[in-house]
Amino acid sequence: MKRFTAWRRRPWAGYAVVLAALAAIGVIYAGFSPRTDRAEAANSAQAAPDLANGKALFNQNCASCHGLNAEGTKDAEGKPISPSLIGVGAASVDFQVSTGRMPAMNPGAQMPRKRPIPAFDTSIKTDHEDPEERAAAEKQKAQAEKNLADLRAYIASLGGGPEVPPASAVDPKKGDVALGGKLFRTNCAQCHSFTGQGGALTGGKYAPPLSNDDVTPTQIYEAMLTGPQAMPVFNDTTLTAEEKQAIIAYIVQIREEPNPGGNGLGRIGPVSEGLAGWLIGIGLLVLAAMWITAKKPKKLKKS
Amino acid sequence: MSDENKETAGAQEPRERVIGTPSPARDKALLADGDMSAPAGAGEQLDEASAKRAERIVALFFLLAFAGSVAFIAYYIGWSGRDGGMHGVLRARESNFWLGGTMALSFLAMAAGVTIWVRRLMASKPIIQERHEFAADPQSRAVFAEDFMAGAEDSGLTKRPLLRRTLLLAAAPLGLAPLVLLRDLGPLPEKRLRSTHWGDAVEKAKRQGKKGVRLVVDGTHRPLKVTDFAQVGSMITVLPEGIEEDVPHDQVLTQVAKAVTILINVPEEKFKPAEGRENWHVNGIVAYSKICTHVGCPAALYEQTTHHILCPCHQSTFDATDAAKVVFGPAARPLPQLPLDVEDGYLVATGDFPEPIGPSFWERG
Repeated sequence: MKRFTAWRRRPWAGYAVVLAALAAIGVIYAGFSPRTDRAEAANSAQAAPDLANGKALFNQNCASCHGLNAEGTKDAEGKPISPSLIGVGAASVDFQVSTGRMPAMNPGAQMPRKRPIPAFDTSIKTDHEDPEERAAAEKQKAQAEKNLADLRAYIASLGGGPEVPPASAVDPKKGDVALGGKLFRTNCAQCHSFTGQGGALTGGKYAPPLSNDDVTPTQIYEAMLTGPQAMPVFNDTTLTAEEKQAIIAYIVQIREEPNPGGNGLGRIGPVSEGLAGWLIGIGLLVLAAMWITAKKPKKLKKS
Repeated sequence: MSDENKETAGAQEPRERVIGTPSPARDKALLADGDMSAPAGAGEQLDEASAKRAERIVALFFLLAFAGSVAFIAYYIGWSGRDGGMHGVLRARESNFWLGGTMALSFLAMAAGVTIWVRRLMASKPIIQERHEFAADPQSRAVFAEDFMAGAEDSGLTKRPLLRRTLLLAAAPLGLAPLVLLRDLGPLPEKRLRSTHWGDAVEKAKRQGKKGVRLVVDGTHRPLKVTDFAQVGSMITVLPEGIEEDVPHDQVLTQVAKAVTILINVPEEKFKPAEGRENWHVNGIVAYSKICTHVGCPAALYEQTTHHILCPCHQSTFDATDAAKVVFGPAARPLPQLPLDVEDGYLVATGDFPEPIGPSFWERG
């Protein structure tokens, strides 16, 4: 106890306590915040024909919330728990499942992006050294792609809806970046920020970042087309396919820009950089001023 | 830490703590104010062992500063000239980073070394410096006054009032000049804050025998049909058709900024039109000013699940299904609504916003 008392009277003890408290809060928060565990959905359906496989996958992964006929479900008070999937279209299914948002793990303000469940995980690595492993991974990937296509076809068969865009329609190299930037700034930037870093909305909802490479051009297109969750819809008659391609070109170009000088700090320019400069820079200057002007010890400790 | 404060407060006289000064708890290790018994600095006598150590640390910092400077020169000559040409624009940012970084390292290390030198290696003794009276002695003052008056006489300032007065006249407008600069605070906005280009555009359309002006997508200038925007949950930023052609070139940006409007398709069964505005929407398609009524940020974070329009600056939240009433945040008024109608299948605005858009201003009333 005595040693502890001596320790906490050291000049740096105050700083150390603040740092330790901050670190402890961070650790405790990380421990308590809900995790998005990966769902392990058993997938036994193998190589069945399209719609039958799609229906089987739907029954396994989706029907518990969306109902056996994809009609959506409501709670006892008549509030919707999950929406009807009739008429949402293949594009919506492709977006929700390929980004891992569906099947959802737990109800919340918003479904987070996560790795898709194995049955639909089309981003499996297939560059294994071992030919056997590679063959197995390739087979799994092909199966996942087929599963996703079957599920899309099944939902589309229930009531039509927007189709998945062809690869040529989402190629960022063919888009008009200048037009895309203009449209992005007037219609997307308010939520996703100017450089697609995302941002907070109300009640725990948020606009996800578009700046990560795993957000594919197809997914961006589908999100605009179908308006997932809180996002508004930008259908093809409001923003045409070329205009969507321009927006995709802008997003891809801006996220491929390098960050000179280290961390991009959200890439929103002077605001975050000024804040960091102020807090860190001025903080360091204050510490330096305190160091230079601090009264010196009476005697140097003899060691 | 509170018990420490109590302890010291009991041990010595409590003194007022000034923000930024060390806490009283540390007085044991530090010189107290007015304590002349022991000198500041490394003490009167240096402890040779620790001085040696400090010397090495200072030398290390100086070597670091040397290395930083050498690295600066080496980078300037050797690296920044490669590829992108001699300090070419292509690598300006990288070049700035390394040149600035090495120079900063050099200065910082030198400063740190000097500070440690002062603190650890300089023996210091209390020095008493006498303070003299500020005022000069009466004799010198008398001499100065005499000299001054003699100078005034010599220059003729007292003898020649014409010169004196014209000089003062010349100086006067110079003193008034800053007042004239206040004019730059104006001119007053007059009526310009009260209307937007929607009003002019609708008037022009009505003169041509139309119902109103078409809504075009901001950025592509394509007019929107009702069927184009039929999907519930849609949102887009719109402007009056022809705004960029009809407005004088130097005012386009201002007018666009005032007229910018968000068009939203809310579920018609949930839409509650305000009194007297029952026919301002088209099957749930409504248009509100994009300019927040708080301080004028673009409020356009539309959540199609809650039908809330959110302003990113101060989280003012407006309900799109309820005439954009404020449901949260500092905004005082709803977003102004634009009256809509249909003409030849196209969405048209049939009037200007009924009230001034954007934040409050003095004369708004």
